Amino acid sequence: MTIRAQIGMVLNLDKCIGCHTCSMTCKNVWTSRGGVEYAWFNNVETKPGVGYPRNWEDQSEWKGGWELTKAGKLKPKIGGKIGVLSNLFANPDLPLIDDYYEPFTYEYDHLKTAKESQTVPTARMKSAITGKFKEKPDWGVNWEEILGGEFEKRSKDYNFKQMEKEIYGEFENTFMMYLPRLCEHCLNPSCVASCPSGAIYKREEDGIVLIDQDKCRGWRMCVSGCPYKKIYFNWQSGKSEKCTFCYPRIEAGEPTVCSETCVGRIRYLGVLLYDSDKIEEAASAPDEKDLYQSQCDLFLDPHDPEVIKRALADGVPQSWIDGAQNSPVYKMAMDWQIAFPLHPEYRTLPMVWYVPPLSPVQSAAESGLLEQNGMLPDVRSLRIPTKYLANLLTAGDEEPVINALERMMAMRLYMRGKTVDGVEDPAVLEQVGMSEDDMNDMYQLMAIANYEDRYVIPTNHREYAGDGPFDQEIAFSTRSECGFSFDNGCNTGAKQSTNLFGGQTHNNTLSGTPRKPVGGSS
Amino acid sequence: MAEYMNTFLFGIYPYIAIMTMVVGSVLRYDQNPYSWKADSSQLLHSKGLRLGSNLFHVGILLLFMGHLVGLLTPHWVYEPFVTAGQKQILAMAAGGIFGTICLVGMLILIWRRTTQDRVRATTKFMDMAILLILFAQLVLGLMTIPQSAKHLDGSSMIKLAEWAQHIVTFRGGAAEFMAEEALVFKAHIVLGLTIFLLFPFTRLVHIVSAPFKYLMRSGYQIVRKRG
Repeated sequence: MTIRAQIGMVLNLDKCIGCHTCSMTCKNVWTSRGGVEYAWFNNVETKPGVGYPRNWEDQSEWKGGWELTKAGKLKPKIGGKIGVLSNLFANPDLPLIDDYYEPFTYEYDHLKTAKESQTVPTARMKSAITGKFKEKPDWGVNWEEILGGEFEKRSKDYNFKQMEKEIYGEFENTFMMYLPRLCEHCLNPSCVASCPSGAIYKREEDGIVLIDQDKCRGWRMCVSGCPYKKIYFNWQSGKSEKCTFCYPRIEAGEPTVCSETCVGRIRYLGVLLYDSDKIEEAASAPDEKDLYQSQCDLFLDPHDPEVIKRALADGVPQSWIDGAQNSPVYKMAMDWQIAFPLHPEYRTLPMVWYVPPLSPVQSAAESGLLEQNGMLPDVRSLRIPTKYLANLLTAGDEEPVINALERMMAMRLYMRGKTVDGVEDPAVLEQVGMSEDDMNDMYQLMAIANYEDRYVIPTNHREYAGDGPFDQEIAFSTRSECGFSFDNGCNTGAKQSTNLFGGQTHNNTLSGTPRKPVGGSS
Repeated sequence: MAEYMNTFLFGIYPYIAIMTMVVGSVLRYDQNPYSWKADSSQLLHSKGLRLGSNLFHVGILLLFMGHLVGLLTPHWVYEPFVTAGQKQILAMAAGGIFGTICLVGMLILIWRRTTQDRVRATTKFMDMAILLILFAQLVLGLMTIPQSAKHLDGSSMIKLAEWAQHIVTFRGGAAEFMAEEALVFKAHIVLGLTIFLLFPFTRLVHIVSAPFKYLMRSGYQIVRKRG
């Protein structure tokens, strides 16, 4: 057993209002540069719909994620190592920019310079790539916003598999939900696996997956390898870019930009401890429906004294264990089992989890239109089909999703009884198998959702950076290095101890390491 | 004057070109690793790329290997197995086949780069320059085949190989082997050396990063400890 820590995220879809604030703030911070105009490290899709890029969920088209070989071994769906290399000259599984959308701007200058005319001058649309006029956009990052477009097209949604989808095209039966998406920072990332250059890596200390921009050679295999299509090829720099989980903020103990700015308070960040030796086994579960459970089995109870001892021995700092004990992600995913990984069937063991949304039910249930299941309305008769949610979150296994929805419904019922009617009804708790304390905790975390409860992020102890993940010996190695600095500043890629044009003779002794004496011995 | 030019182009220019390639590449890698990339435009325009790029790359790689082995294998190594004349025929046939494969691919790539708006818009001067230079070089190379056919005894080929082997082993008098060669061979060699010269200033640098290391990676995952 080797214990590693990961910062995970939970999104409570029940509270997402689809305002796109997360997308906008993310874009302003991370993808407001040339070549990634079309890229959204965070985007919000309306479901059902085929999404952005078009039909991203359907891996029979895009070949993202992993598959099991006949021998039961994991292999990237785009092919093993030789397969990847043989596609290097032209990647057959690469989306075209039109599958995202061709970036554009408007000819605003024309509004100021147009000569007097009969009609009002307009600012026409121009492609950001070619600079040529475009008549109209034909796809975009939220093209199907709030059920935009015909049902026939939206119904190509991969999550409708094994469902009689026609009835959901009828006005009376239609349903929708929002799905904010970002990089999943998977435990078994297929982008890392498919990068021939070895430029993509998972950080040992917090599990964030990053692309080394100086090592990326632009072979563009990661774009295909990622089943969530959350790696974007910068068409100007020729390098791939992806969500960084705002690691500079996380390192300082602050939430990601998308989380910080979420007006619906739907996002949660917290530490999970897991056994990294069991990753391959967990991702190789023969039956897709077992993958949700096998991923849960990886996570370790941060209150278990054995786990704590082992974690400390493996270099996880005490503050991270404390963080894991208070982790909202652990509570929602493991204790209450109301959060689920997105598409576990891709076998990447994603670490951004989702609480399924309840759909309009209260008024209908009260007027007797909904079937009752004990104390609770039957969640199977909710507007959003549980099969659809299961296809999204548990590889089609409805049971866990139903249990989660019931718990959320029970929370509403119980808390309403308690605060409005002044009656605490233990029967509701009993039906969903939760204690009163648990229910109060869940209410506090999900309904009140205080900032400090949502974001439990231990700082990254950058000061301990060294040989081991938390090596104290080189405590101050990066202190006093950036700002007025030698070499190429804080750019780690081009910063080398040996330099063609002469390196430094002295390291910075202010960073805590005394200079070795001339001649070797002191 | 003719002798001076001959000595310069085939005795001195090779070293200028190769040195520029080596030092220039090391400098670029050291100073600007961010610029080191394949620079694919597939995201913007994929039509014809699958056929064109594969034919081009496969063709040019085989041609490169052929030249490497053909020019640098000492005569005495292959002598017991094939005569110089037979080797010349082999070289002509292989070069003709691979050259044609490469030519078809390259024509598709040139079509794409010159006529397709998105690719044109993201084409840098050097992208276009090196593509056209490679094309010219390929055409020159194919033109050497009928020239070779005029004398099938392998003597001209041996002289070309001697020249190359003298250059890479730093022996003097290399240029003399080239003095009597046909113009088309001379042009092919000078342009080839020019490609070496331009190498670090173009996208060709991605050749050096051919990711064979990927095959050596144990497992698939990479986890970085910080440090």
